Amino acid sequence: MPKDTGIGAPMKRREDIRFLTGKGRYTADINLRGQAYAAFARSEVAHGKINAIDTRAASEMPGVLCVMTGEDFAAMGGNPAGWLINSRDGTPMREPKRPVLAHGKVRHVGDAYAVVVAETVEQARDAVAAIEADITELPAIVDMKAALADSGNRVHDEIPDNLCFDWGWIEDNRAAVEEAFAKAPHVTTLELVNNRLVPNAMEPRASLADYNPGTEDYTLYTTSQNPHLHRLLIAAFVMGIPEHKLTVIAPDVGGGFGSKIYHYGEEAAVLAAAKALKRPVKWVADRTESFLSDAHGRDHVTKIQLACEKDGTFLALRTETLANVGAYLSNFATATPTFLHGTLMAGPYKTPLVYVNVKAVFTNTAPVDAYRGAGRPEATFSIERIVDKAADELGIDKLEIRRKNLIGADQYPYTTPVGLVYDTGNYAATLDKMVELADVAGFEKRAAESKARGKLRGIGYSTWIEACGIAPSNLVGVLGSRVGLFDAATVRVNATGNLSVMTGAHSHGQGHETVFAQVVAEKLGIPESSIEIVHGDTSKIPFGMGSYGSRSLAVAGSAMVKAVDKIIAKGKKIAAHMLEAAEDDITFENGKFQVAGTDKAKTFGEIAFSAYVPHNYPLETLEPGLEESAFYDPGNFTYPAGAYACEVEVDPDTGRVEILSFTAADDFGNVMNPLIVQGQVHGGVGQGIGQALLENTTYDENGQLLSGSFMDYAMPRADDVPFYTVDHSCNTPCTHNPLGVKGCGEAGAIGSPPAVVNAVVDALRRGGHTGISHIDMPVSPSRVWQAMQA
Amino acid sequence: MKLTDSREIAAAPAIVWQAILDPEVLKECIPGCQSLTGSVAEGYEAVVKQKVGPVSATFTGIVSLSDIVEGQSVKISGEGKGGVAGFAKGGAVVTLAPSGEGTLLTYDVDASVGGKIAQLGSRIIDSFAKKMADDFFSRFQAAVEGPAEEPAAEEGVADSGEKKKGWFKRLTGG
Repeated sequence: MPKDTGIGAPMKRREDIRFLTGKGRYTADINLRGQAYAAFARSEVAHGKINAIDTRAASEMPGVLCVMTGEDFAAMGGNPAGWLINSRDGTPMREPKRPVLAHGKVRHVGDAYAVVVAETVEQARDAVAAIEADITELPAIVDMKAALADSGNRVHDEIPDNLCFDWGWIEDNRAAVEEAFAKAPHVTTLELVNNRLVPNAMEPRASLADYNPGTEDYTLYTTSQNPHLHRLLIAAFVMGIPEHKLTVIAPDVGGGFGSKIYHYGEEAAVLAAAKALKRPVKWVADRTESFLSDAHGRDHVTKIQLACEKDGTFLALRTETLANVGAYLSNFATATPTFLHGTLMAGPYKTPLVYVNVKAVFTNTAPVDAYRGAGRPEATFSIERIVDKAADELGIDKLEIRRKNLIGADQYPYTTPVGLVYDTGNYAATLDKMVELADVAGFEKRAAESKARGKLRGIGYSTWIEACGIAPSNLVGVLGSRVGLFDAATVRVNATGNLSVMTGAHSHGQGHETVFAQVVAEKLGIPESSIEIVHGDTSKIPFGMGSYGSRSLAVAGSAMVKAVDKIIAKGKKIAAHMLEAAEDDITFENGKFQVAGTDKAKTFGEIAFSAYVPHNYPLETLEPGLEESAFYDPGNFTYPAGAYACEVEVDPDTGRVEILSFTAADDFGNVMNPLIVQGQVHGGVGQGIGQALLENTTYDENGQLLSGSFMDYAMPRADDVPFYTVDHSCNTPCTHNPLGVKGCGEAGAIGSPPAVVNAVVDALRRGGHTGISHIDMPVSPSRVWQAMQA
Repeated sequence: MKLTDSREIAAAPAIVWQAILDPEVLKECIPGCQSLTGSVAEGYEAVVKQKVGPVSATFTGIVSLSDIVEGQSVKISGEGKGGVAGFAKGGAVVTLAPSGEGTLLTYDVDASVGGKIAQLGSRIIDSFAKKMADDFFSRFQAAVEGPAEEPAAEEGVADSGEKKKGWFKRLTGG
């Protein structure tokens, strides 16, 4: 019988009741007395010199309270990049100031250069239209290769060649890798594009700023995945507010996928306006603003080469990647193409030598940053595509070439040539499970049946690994991170025995309120219903680095478990006193503190009551109350891994790809709630299929965003995806966190795109189009059809 | 986007040239043009109302004539701002060459849009620009030649032939 409560139970998400009945409370739902509304003036050109901005007419429009331009914020600090990356020659990356609002130049379509605050949102928008901006359009820098080649046309005047950094990983491997390539019996080469994506969270970004002139305190309600990080960036770096004078509250947040990790200028602008006007100021992005100004994802152009023996044994791998960072460095923009990408280029394979080169390039496009998977999808796509191409060139079965090169189950801990130590895993086990669940043995029969109907059927695989549980602070410090990446929790037990857990993780769709409560319920032997999970408010939670990089349970969850352990330890002291026994003789199980070997016991509720009504209590040695905090810094990354199979049918007349089945066999370590894990995999695979088949962000040669609406940007819909087969039975628990968990939030988006593209290429090659070795994403009908005509 | 096309106009190059330089002709030929003021030398200020896909807007902007080679070629450039709708700009290099009795008019159009029109209407920009150019030169042809189904237009008897004439010829008294 599966459990119906506690760890491992497939409990339905408690938060869904409020989300599905319209009772969620999002930033836009919060209204403060006397609030005014902000609207932003945004550049219509990709690159331009601001000659003058005339706000006089706008200022005199009905209801307008104030108009501010970039010049008004010029003295404020810049919004910083969170990671310092050094180039191969040792020089630090070029880091242009990212102002609250653009001044001097506008650098991408949608770059905000002025803000209007008015009594109503309509008045604010009307006044934005009345701002006279004299902007001389400059030639747009859109293509990365052209950006690097033309030192005269610069996104930032002080940065020649538009190069942010030229990073080598690991530079000491370079010579050995080149030597291995020179000697290799076979070299496979592939050039590919990892298409730029718009995150498209269901809830657009929003901020509501409040300033209390009596106490000089600021409060910002905003769409954040990590309110403490927002507080730090806004207070210490941009606005110079003492950290203790700023409260950041991220209430219910409708999806983020990375895009709400970062601090954006609009947040500082509404805070400044709230102080200036002594009134709350609200801004809610419309969908077009989201397309234009949310940090986009991916956008890599890569040349990858794999050296191998004739039998398919991998000898060495090297890549050269151009990574688009857009017009400004977003907070994680420099970490995403480097330490979340280059360090994963060994994949799940034993490739002994790997060298990665990444050049990050400024362009007149929206900033690019971490998006679900963040660097790891880019790494996985490159590796899994070239593995398939090598197999085709060498005439080796796609499963066999993977089996031959996967790290063995007996090889852990395994040190990769790109700086990571995988603590545990069993990649052959997930591969075998996938082969079984996808009925690979029956594929040929299904392919013949498709052929009889005039369709081309193909199957594609992907064996993937990622690094989650971000991250050991001392390690990321060495790698350039400017923050620590630990997390924190407070467990506050009330006198009546129920409790609140204040966690540094932030749930914006992940289901933390359910699964965190399950973990605490299991540990304390009390029902989930007496546990409240509190998150998203810097005035309530002790500290937190938030939720991204599949880190919540592995890092914040570990802090929570540590805090619960402290509660239990204190409870034992109280119980020992009440039961007149030695502390060492007290056991705690199923919610009961018991003297070992006797029936003398106190319930958790009795101990909690005693802590708050300490009439019979060891006050001389123990403080009253029952509340504990813990901070947890992970000892290593966690390494979820898995094996995916995708089966497609291509219509040779139209090039349309239909996904017939998708199988995911994952190793996430211990699973706390299999229903939520399945949901996470479904969502991730859906986004991966979106990237592989549908989504593309298109800028024209003038830097105009052409895919700026859902009419032009194809999001996956229900009929674009199949029913998924999801398995997570092949578990190797993480060895270094208390729950043995690895993280599951990004897996689907990492492992699925190469499985889809591999399947399409397989279908076309089986159909006789043996000249096709690659099609760039999105694998749209027109691209497939054109490839078939070549 | 770029496009090139040409058409035969049943009027001598000198007549066609004169029509191109006439602001009244320009105003009638720019689809959606509500007003056009100015001169060849100083350029024109124009107000044009258009709908591009889901975005409709009134564009105000400048139309200028440049690179004038008398009687042979001219570049007509326009740049309009549509407020929150964004902007559109473009130009057409128009070249005239004698062709039998008439004129071969060739045009090379280069147009671009920005802002909301680009974000929401990019799917239909190419066809929109082609339609704008087609409309412009069809109207131009009609203005110079008169209605195509009235081949006798240029015989021009003041009373009964009035409606058969191209209106440009009416203006010029031809």
